[in-house]
Amino acid sequence: MESAVTRQAQTPWQHALYDLLREHGVTQFGYVPDAGHSILIDRSLGDPDVHSIALTTEEEGVALIAGADLGGARAVLLMQSSGVGNCINMLSLIRGGRFPFLTLVSMRGDFGEGNPWQFAMGQATQPTLEAMGVICLRIECPEEVVPATTAALTMAFKGGQAVAVLLSQRLIGAKPF
Amino acid sequence: MPEPNPVSAVAAPGFVLERSEAVPALIGRHEDFLFISGLGGTACDVGAVAGDGAHVYSLGGAMGAAAMMGLGLALARPDKRVLVVTGDGELLMNVGALATIAVVDPANLAILCVDNGHYGETGWQKSHTSLGVDLEKVAIGCGVKHACTVASKADLAGGARLLREANGTCFVVLRVKPTDPAPFKRNFDGSLLRDRFRAALQQA
Repeated sequence: MESAVTRQAQTPWQHALYDLLREHGVTQFGYVPDAGHSILIDRSLGDPDVHSIALTTEEEGVALIAGADLGGARAVLLMQSSGVGNCINMLSLIRGGRFPFLTLVSMRGDFGEGNPWQFAMGQATQPTLEAMGVICLRIECPEEVVPATTAALTMAFKGGQAVAVLLSQRLIGAKPF
Repeated sequence: MPEPNPVSAVAAPGFVLERSEAVPALIGRHEDFLFISGLGGTACDVGAVAGDGAHVYSLGGAMGAAAMMGLGLALARPDKRVLVVTGDGELLMNVGALATIAVVDPANLAILCVDNGHYGETGWQKSHTSLGVDLEKVAIGCGVKHACTVASKADLAGGARLLREANGTCFVVLRVKPTDPAPFKRNFDGSLLRDRFRAALQQA
C-alpha cells in the first residue's frame, strides 16, 4: 500500500487537498470532469464513505450543495472556471437561503493560457462570482493550497459564507495549445 | 391587476386531471416525506397538502434547482423519504438532472412532476410537454428505473404507490389541466426555511 508520505511526495497538494476536505466532513463531491480536478475526482470515486456525483452541468452542483445542507451534510462542487458561468442564476439559491457553499475552481483563460476561447469566462470568473456574493480565495502556489482551503472550509461551514477557491493556472499548469 | 387564466391555456389532449385533487391523492400522508418544491404552482400544491411545515423547502427562484436539491438531501438522509414536487417548466430548465440522478439512483428519492403543459407564472405560454416532449420517456431514457405517467383517476393509486414504495429513484409525471393551483400564502424567506428545515430534521 502506498504510504501517505510517498503519495504526497509525488503529487503533494492534490492528495492533501482531498484529505483536508474529508477531515472537514465533506461527504458529497459534485463534479464536472476536469483535468485539474482529476485526482480529487478519482479519490472521491474510490472512497466508500462519500458520494461522488458526476454532473451534466455545474449548476446542478449548486443545488446539490443546498440539498445536502438541508440534510446536515457537507458537499463541495469541483469545476472548471468555464463552469462558473453556468452557475450564476443558481447562486441565487445560495444567497437567498444563506446556504454554506464551497467550490474549488480550476482556472482556464488565466496565467499562460494558449486557447483563445478560454479567456472570456476565465477572466470573468472572479468578477461574476463576486457579483453573486461568493468570496474568492485565489491560490498561486502549492504551499498555499492547504492553508487557503482550510480558511475556505472555515468561512463556508462555520461562517456560513459562499466561498470559491480558485486554483490558478500558475498552480495547476497552463495548457499551451 | 392579475390577468385571468387566458384562453390560450388550452389543455393538450390527455391533460384532464385537476391538480387540486390529484396532487393530494398522490402524496397521501405528507408527514412521511421531506419536500422540495418548485417555485410556482407546485409550491402551492405542496402548501395545500403540508401547510407551512418545517419539512418543506419551497423555491422562490433559482429555477431548475428542485430535483438536484432532492438528490443532495436524499443522499444526506438515507433514513428519510424525499419527495420533490416540481413543474414541467422547472424540470425542463435543468432536465439533465434526471441523468445525474438516475446514475446515482438513491432508493429514497421520489420526484413528482406536475405537468400542466404550460408556464403558468409567466402568462400561460405552452411548454414543451404540450408540444410533444414526454418527460416519462426522457426519464426512462436517462435510466430512471421506476417511472410512470398519471393521466387519469385510475392511475392515481399506482402513482401514489410508486412515490412511497419504489426501491430506487422514481419519477411520476402527473398530467393536469392548465389551471391555477389553490392559492397558498407561502413563505419566501429562503434562509428562514433553511434554518427551520434543518432544525426540525435534526430533532426528528
